[in-house]
Amino acid sequence: MSLPPNHKRPEPVEVVKQRRDAALSGLVDGVPYVQFLGISVERHGDELTAILPFDEKLIGNPMLPAIHGGVTAAFLETAAVIQLSWSTLWEDMESGVLDPSTLGPDNMPYLPKTIDFSIDYLRSGLPRDAYARARVVRQGRRYASVHVEAWQDRREKLYAQATGHFLMPGS
Amino acid sequence: MMKGMTAEQKAELARKFTEAIPHCKALGMVLEKLEDGEAIMSMPYDEKLIGDPRTGVIHGGAVSALLDTCCGSAVMSHPKAPAITATIDLRIDYMRPATPGQRITAKATCYHVTRSVAFVSAVALDEDEDRPVATASGAFTADGDPKRRSTEISNDITDDVSEGGAV
Repeated sequence: MSLPPNHKRPEPVEVVKQRRDAALSGLVDGVPYVQFLGISVERHGDELTAILPFDEKLIGNPMLPAIHGGVTAAFLETAAVIQLSWSTLWEDMESGVLDPSTLGPDNMPYLPKTIDFSIDYLRSGLPRDAYARARVVRQGRRYASVHVEAWQDRREKLYAQATGHFLMPGS
Repeated sequence: MMKGMTAEQKAELARKFTEAIPHCKALGMVLEKLEDGEAIMSMPYDEKLIGDPRTGVIHGGAVSALLDTCCGSAVMSHPKAPAITATIDLRIDYMRPATPGQRITAKATCYHVTRSVAFVSAVALDEDEDRPVATASGAFTADGDPKRRSTEISNDITDDVSEGGAV
């Protein structure tokens, strides 16, 4: 089978994975508060899932016990900011404009600034791990609108959702 | 809630209140005032709360945690509200980054309570009290029926607590 003369072989999978994981790590590992809460982010292709492992220090109601509403707010906001930054970085990263190996705790990409954040508490946060996925609903040059959903045991039973508006870096 | 108590008793109760909540303790929150639907809480600057390593500005989520706790406390101290409450929704507007190194103080007012809902507004300030860092407005549960025990209300909130699943 002959290939067209300008055919480029696809990049080796390790190279692609390393580049994307390095860019993601630049967004997650460099923020002290994200580390303090214990949030990590799993990546499947370009899809991100933020994970908040349960910990005693996250409790807001010791009688139930339940995760602190402020922790849930912070978790959802973090998931939204990471998703929004990730969506903006993706094009530059894949086209080679941005070299992810230059990103890291000492050289963070400029992050979007939260303008407002509105959280619906749908169920009490149980003393278990929580997961969140965010979707960039609209992104303009200056402003972006992001929706986040969070769940614990069952994906379809959300325990919280939120919508936030953000000011894009450099605007 | 705290009427008829001496200043020392009030301070003691306030200290116990925040120490009983692990997350408030982890963030070093201090309850400074709690009376008739009004609450004042503050939180020291801490490097572990940094959201922007370039500037040292604390993460908006930490400010949200303080505002949420302060709002909940204001509800619980309202004469018409029950001693247990949960956030239904909370909206936070961020006016400006908090100045690194400065203490954050939240002031919340529970301005209306119905049979089932308490409405609250709050503001977060750093040392420059003329320029708010953030404001919040929220609705909280307020099931004040004395015949219902607080555990029943808790069960309403955690109606699916018994469902197992992946952890």
